[in-house]
Amino acid sequence: MIGRRGNPRPAVTETVQQAIFSRRAVFLGAAQAGVAALLAGRMGYIAIAQNQHYRELAEENRIQMRLIPPRRGWIVDRRGAPIAANRSDFRVDLIPDRLDDPDRVIAELTRLLGLSPDAVAQLREDLAEAAGFQPVPVAENLTFEQFAAVTLRQPELPGVSPLRAFARFYPQGAAVGHLVGYVGTPNREEYEAENHNPLLIAPGFKVGKNGLEKTEETRLRGRPGEARVEVTARGRLVRELRTVPDVPGAPLHTTIDLGLQTYVARRCGEQSAAAVVIDVTNGDILCFVSMPSFDPNSFSDGISHAEWDMMSRDERHPLINKVMQGLYPPGSTCKPMTAVALLEAGIDPEQRVNCQRAWRLGNAVFHCSGGPHGPIALHQAISKSCDIYFYQMALQAGVENISPVARKFGMGERFELPFPSQRYGTWPDPDWLRRRFHRAWQSYDTVNMSIGQGYVLVNPLQQAVMVARIVSGRKVMPRIIAERTQPAFEPLEGIDPGHLAFVRAAMSDVVNGGGTASRFRLPVPELMAGKTGTAQVRRITMAERASGVRSNASLAWRMRDHSWFICFAPAQAPRYAACFLVEHGGFGASAAAPMARDVMTYLFDREKAMTALAALERQWGGTLEERMRRRAEQWAAARAAGVEPPPPAGHL
Amino acid sequence: MPRLPGPIATLPWSMLFIVLALTGFGLVVLYSAAGGELTWALPQGVRFAVFLAMAIAMGFVRPAFYKDWAFAAYAAIVVMLVLVEAIGAISGGAQRWLDFGPIRLQPSELMKPAIVLAVARFYDMLPAREIRGWTAIWPALTLIGVPAALILVQPDLGTATMVTLGGVTVMFLAGVPLRLFIGAGLAGAVVAPLAYFFVLHDYQRQRIAIFLDPERDPLGAGYHITQSKIAIGAGGLTGTGFLQGTQSHFAFLPEPQTDFVFATMAEEWGMIGGLFIILCYALLIRWGVRVALDARGRFERLAAGGLATTIFLYMAINLAMVMGLAPVVGIPLPLVSYGGSAIMTVMICLGVLMSIDRQNRLDPRRR
Repeated sequence: MIGRRGNPRPAVTETVQQAIFSRRAVFLGAAQAGVAALLAGRMGYIAIAQNQHYRELAEENRIQMRLIPPRRGWIVDRRGAPIAANRSDFRVDLIPDRLDDPDRVIAELTRLLGLSPDAVAQLREDLAEAAGFQPVPVAENLTFEQFAAVTLRQPELPGVSPLRAFARFYPQGAAVGHLVGYVGTPNREEYEAENHNPLLIAPGFKVGKNGLEKTEETRLRGRPGEARVEVTARGRLVRELRTVPDVPGAPLHTTIDLGLQTYVARRCGEQSAAAVVIDVTNGDILCFVSMPSFDPNSFSDGISHAEWDMMSRDERHPLINKVMQGLYPPGSTCKPMTAVALLEAGIDPEQRVNCQRAWRLGNAVFHCSGGPHGPIALHQAISKSCDIYFYQMALQAGVENISPVARKFGMGERFELPFPSQRYGTWPDPDWLRRRFHRAWQSYDTVNMSIGQGYVLVNPLQQAVMVARIVSGRKVMPRIIAERTQPAFEPLEGIDPGHLAFVRAAMSDVVNGGGTASRFRLPVPELMAGKTGTAQVRRITMAERASGVRSNASLAWRMRDHSWFICFAPAQAPRYAACFLVEHGGFGASAAAPMARDVMTYLFDREKAMTALAALERQWGGTLEERMRRRAEQWAAARAAGVEPPPPAGHL
Repeated sequence: MPRLPGPIATLPWSMLFIVLALTGFGLVVLYSAAGGELTWALPQGVRFAVFLAMAIAMGFVRPAFYKDWAFAAYAAIVVMLVLVEAIGAISGGAQRWLDFGPIRLQPSELMKPAIVLAVARFYDMLPAREIRGWTAIWPALTLIGVPAALILVQPDLGTATMVTLGGVTVMFLAGVPLRLFIGAGLAGAVVAPLAYFFVLHDYQRQRIAIFLDPERDPLGAGYHITQSKIAIGAGGLTGTGFLQGTQSHFAFLPEPQTDFVFATMAEEWGMIGGLFIILCYALLIRWGVRVALDARGRFERLAAGGLATTIFLYMAINLAMVMGLAPVVGIPLPLVSYGGSAIMTVMICLGVLMSIDRQNRLDPRRR
């Protein structure tokens, strides 16, 4: 019993019980009415007092601002032909934050889009590094059928974002790789550098990663559009409410001649080469080629591991822009410029030096690779490329009369060009030597310098500028972005135009007067003038000299000489100045000069040049694209089979 | 008034009008929740018709029948609850229902009216003088405790709470001393925190934690409450208009047709619609309480009071849940929410209430 035993209450009768029931039932009813009133009050509080607040939240739920990535400005050549354009692109991205089951979603996408194992591995890696709403690209360039298949299943695939966007397209592929660079999805550093600009994480948006695409980013980017759209909780679009269209980026007019650029790139073949052609009248860079190159299309789509691996292990360095980042001893190609310095120093051009093939200076013996030339004067020393003449005359003129002139012609000069990095090499002098190596200038330093060896290092662009300055007598500055104004270049200070004419005549005889490149006269009426160069990359020992210098063909590729050819045309009334470099191509006349001949021919007679190229490409086994594709397939197949992929062989 | 045939004329029309109004409005809301289609409204309308017919039929049965069978039905449902547990244990997954061919029966749902009837039957048998004794307490507590425990381990906190409250309400109405309720309330205040940590499942704990602070996980488990409040709040006084709610149509609101149907309604009909539903329920329950007060027998009184409270509990727990005043426990809004279980339970309640009402009105003392 629970009741108080000692003091029992009156017994509960049925009547009392009924009264208790009525009392309690009424109490219960009142309590329930109270709860109902409380609920009504609560509803009033939410729906009326806080109506504004919740209305905004509901708005926020359903209205999404979507940035429309702007179309990138085209990059066009001097005639308006597209070097980089945009094409419509169906793509699929993953939004990491909305992804609930990555494995299932990736498996489903693999099935729908036929992703390769390599692509899936790449995707998983990207996903592991990605954070928040930054989209991770899954696939681009999808067919409409693939795109539609993903769009249809989007409700079952949270975190998957199919999108119709614009993708960068480079019609000439690898031929313009080092010129334009490529675009890519912004990385975390870029996103943070722009203060978390939301555009950078918009799906499909890309920024320039290299070359002109990178340096001209602000001009090319444009302004994003804005779409206010109504979406469901699953991100499905209900309707567009208001759209502000994007403002496409401004086109970038370059000085490039796309036809020439492509021709030169193709003409390089499998060689590791760089070539620049400059219009001497205004400094326009007509072609800017570094080969082998990468295809900026595949780089912009996100390169696979296999491709990257293949490129980074290629001894020809397809990822390095040799035009501005490659430094080489110029070898004999510096002789025309040295000759100008000699004339300026008062050397009599008729004075002869007797070339006996070897010449002793103190304890050292210096050689002339082309000799013996016998008694030789300046004109012939250029056209026949006599080293011993330059050794002796340079000593006679003195380093103090040569190095300043070399700088006037652009040696060691850094040009204002829109490329992310350029290396500008060295033209040595006694001050530099003391600063750099803490030793005094010796006469053998002058001797080495006179034939472009020793400490001398230049890049191919500087070489082309040097030619342009010899040709015009003006301080030509190269430019790659076309401007309406014709630049006015100052005449080269303290350089006698007569001396330049002398050198030009000698250069013409290199090709047309029985000189070192006489096999490479142009097959057109116009004459080409030039200078060969062979830059040693190794030291030839006394022992090797004694037993005979080894031929380039017997050396490993990396030990062979660099092959140079600088030239201008027409020799009579120069318009084009050019420089060709073939890394480890051997003697200057053997690799670079034939290329120069074909390219210069192209400038005057396209058909003839194309015929020559067609024959060569047949010999090489197809066009540039075909060879690159074949090589990528070989590499992928070897990797798949687990064997070491074959090194590139075409250039050997 | 034209003469209607006797059985029809004696139906409790005032209550039926309320039920029809409430269900009719519910069907309109379901039509909108389905995006302007009959996907949910049509089957629900059919179900309603079937269960209403059942309730009316039940109304013609004498209350004595329910009194006689109260314990048997209770025992059968407890057996079913044990069966559900056993099947769940064997198949290795939690289960709340039994499959009988086309019908999928949730015994826990049936327990809601059954517990009321069983406890009412118990106090009906108990001599009046023993109401203050121990014998008035422990059998009732056992009657309530066994099914409540079985339901709690399913796990279904919402239904277990409803069953317990339904039974306790009958104890209260039966006249069990008030101090026991006060004492139990105080004990509950002590036990609840302990239960939170040692009895509840993780997901239940999480639901309660999120109910206390929905904003701490607005995209995860707090999503339900947050979105429901947004829907109700965005509705304002008059709502966004029929078929115009974005919260439900764009799938921000989870379960827009079942547990959160009130939020779906509130977004489109606003405070006005909400008050209408609350008012309908208040009138329905007032009718139930009237039936209880009018009833003659002790069983009838207690059963009617308990059943009316069961209907009230449905409404109160569901509304508190969608307005963020109670954790999300999965209690639908009967007659409005899509689904058969709740409507069946409420119709059983109404059926028994109608039976008691009929007896009240046929009472010669009143005539």
